[in-house]
Amino acid sequence: MKKIYIIILGLLCIMLTACHGKKQSISFEIPESFNENKQIELTFWAKNDTNVTQSKIYEKAAADFNKIYPNVKVNIRLYTDYGKIYNDVITNISTNTTPNVCITYPDHIATYLTGNDTVVKLDDLIKNEKYGLGGSELKFDGPKESEIVPSFLNECYIGDSIYALPFMRSTEALYINKTYVEKMGYKIPEVLTWDFVWEVSEAATKQDADGNYLVNGQKTMIPFIYKSTDNMMISMLKQLNAGYSDENGNILIFNDTTRDILKTVAEHAGSYAFSTFKISSYPGNFLNAGQCLFAIDSTAGASWMGSKAPLSDISEDKIVDFETIVKPIPQFDVNNPKMISQGPSVCIFNKQDPDVVLASWLFAQFLLTNETQIAYSQTEGYIPVTTKASGSDEYQDYINRCGEDNELYYDVKINAAKMLMDNKENTFVTPVFNGSASLRDAAGQMIENTAKAVRRKQTIDDKFMDTLFDDMMSLYHLDQISALGNDSKDLGPLPKPAIILIIALIVAWVGIIGFNLKDIIKKVYKNK
Amino acid sequence: MKKLIVLLLALAMVMSVAACNSKENTPATPKDTTTPEPTKAVDFTKSEGVMTYAQYDAANVDDPVTVETFVQDKQSWWDNKATIYTQDNEGAYFVYEMACSEEDYAKLVKGQKIRIKGFKADFQGEKEIADGTFEILDGNYVAPATDVTSYLGKDEIIKFQNQYVEFKGMTVAASTDADGKEVAYLYKWNGSGQEGDDLYFNVELNGATYTFTVESYLRDKDSDVYKAVKNLKVGDKIDMTGYLYWYDTVNPHIISVSIVK
Repeated sequence: MKKIYIIILGLLCIMLTACHGKKQSISFEIPESFNENKQIELTFWAKNDTNVTQSKIYEKAAADFNKIYPNVKVNIRLYTDYGKIYNDVITNISTNTTPNVCITYPDHIATYLTGNDTVVKLDDLIKNEKYGLGGSELKFDGPKESEIVPSFLNECYIGDSIYALPFMRSTEALYINKTYVEKMGYKIPEVLTWDFVWEVSEAATKQDADGNYLVNGQKTMIPFIYKSTDNMMISMLKQLNAGYSDENGNILIFNDTTRDILKTVAEHAGSYAFSTFKISSYPGNFLNAGQCLFAIDSTAGASWMGSKAPLSDISEDKIVDFETIVKPIPQFDVNNPKMISQGPSVCIFNKQDPDVVLASWLFAQFLLTNETQIAYSQTEGYIPVTTKASGSDEYQDYINRCGEDNELYYDVKINAAKMLMDNKENTFVTPVFNGSASLRDAAGQMIENTAKAVRRKQTIDDKFMDTLFDDMMSLYHLDQISALGNDSKDLGPLPKPAIILIIALIVAWVGIIGFNLKDIIKKVYKNK
Repeated sequence: MKKLIVLLLALAMVMSVAACNSKENTPATPKDTTTPEPTKAVDFTKSEGVMTYAQYDAANVDDPVTVETFVQDKQSWWDNKATIYTQDNEGAYFVYEMACSEEDYAKLVKGQKIRIKGFKADFQGEKEIADGTFEILDGNYVAPATDVTSYLGKDEIIKFQNQYVEFKGMTVAASTDADGKEVAYLYKWNGSGQEGDDLYFNVELNGATYTFTVESYLRDKDSDVYKAVKNLKVGDKIDMTGYLYWYDTVNPHIISVSIVK
């Protein structure tokens, strides 16, 4: 009986050891052929911009894919926030319940890669003769590698390997209430400088004796609102050729140029000429209510911008009539404009079953077919990532019909897409490494904290900046980040509980082996 | 010797189980908070330097504020930040992303008195305390629901902002979904969401229509109210309780709904 107890306890110990340590690495090898007789269910975590049409396009893509590959069913989980997808993926990596296909940013993938073989490298898949881009065995008309805009594909590299396919691209745009700016006596230049935007914004803070703003006659006016303050800091630094980070994961953001930018932010946040989404709410809401002159938001939010916008987050009675124009974000050097390249990419997660991974890859590619690319790009100020789609007659017809109505052909939306197409060469991305997502958060948080601090009567001086830099470094662990996700960084000594656990397990194993050895020796002697 | 081995193995197993049980770093799902035993006499006296509700209400955006109030409900905890509904006998204070460890979040039970220091903020008309810190105090108070049905459509309703309130005898009105069909509720305000997202539904009273919400962080898809709203039909007459949240206009976050027979 005692022996049974010992064996059971021994087995339990062995089973429990499986709970510990690094997850088993699953190395994916491309199957010779895709097994179309195996029932496969994929989970696709998709991001939409609270846009019903986008949700429907994802659903249609899943349904169409199922018609082509009846053994593959794609279940969609919808998100409206990249950050939420990121958090959920991180949580699910630890429980090995990641989705199969996921909309993502390369910054995020760099963090996902801290798990072993979590995200599938696409280098071999892309070039695979049968199932790669334009492969011979594909049952749909997907793009060849050469038909994906090279700069967009390059954005999906982490180190020397490619971990994602671009899905859509956008940038940030400056949406302007032209009617009010001109009413104030300003002529809007082709490309606006930061100085111009600050000057007009300050002028728009003038109020009458009753507290009504002169420019709109309302009690509320926030002349300049920036939605994504991380992009604001990153773009300003880039335009000024100042440090942010490098390919090796070195953090360069804590420099004098950043201090100057923050002092400028403080000056205009303090006068209430400038605010942010986190402090005040969506720029489009204020723009459409005639309470904002300059709203910077993604081109992927163009359908929400302007008094005739097809989508709105405020009640109709609050919307005022004005002319909206779309420009690149403000620049320090108008002859050398720079704006961020952003937009969703799609990655696939590794699984035990290679057929499942291959099915995931096929679906990811399917999202690059013309039908999905064109339909999705028309929902917002996105542009397709393939020349196959953007050069198609269907897409060109769409672009040429700008302004025909305020729905599909809404001028602000199409002008936002055109602005990006005209500036493809002026876009940039930031270096990707494990921790680059945290650095991005810190970049934005510095603007948020400075804007809030000045309004809360704190003095914005070098001492404030020193403390802010220290806080950011510590809050976002910027002193602990590394160039690549799966590096072998020294993590320091093991914590005490881990040491105790390891010793206990060793003792248990020694006991099991010793006990069994004793039995074996006894049996050997008996047999003799 | 065998006994010793058994003991050692048992010890190893217990330690392994304990280590396997380590907590995942997942966001805490808000559940109904435990209601402590009600106290007979609640002491609403403010400590020195603490604002009355009137002083808080009069404070400008970005002013520092200090209030003593009582937890009524918890909306979310993530990344050491808690969002909660609080109320005292004078008014309610919505506290957005207050610094709070997961351990302290567990202490924020319904009725718990706390002192919060933060800054007044305004997000689309919703007055809130931002960047707050808090300390636990002795005392508890669970606010009764105030019937604000008759205030709907009137400017005065703003004085109940963020309070625990009830609405009686309202009729479910149709919303239009993404396919143009008339439905009793939508996932997200425009129907772009799916199971697990916020539920939005319209209710009518005296010819006017109002939009109410089941906020999925406050009450998730497994909660009674989430399930109950999904069972509503256009034309149902209902009573509801919830918190008088604001987004541009009144946008109650409801926590219970019942059909009036």
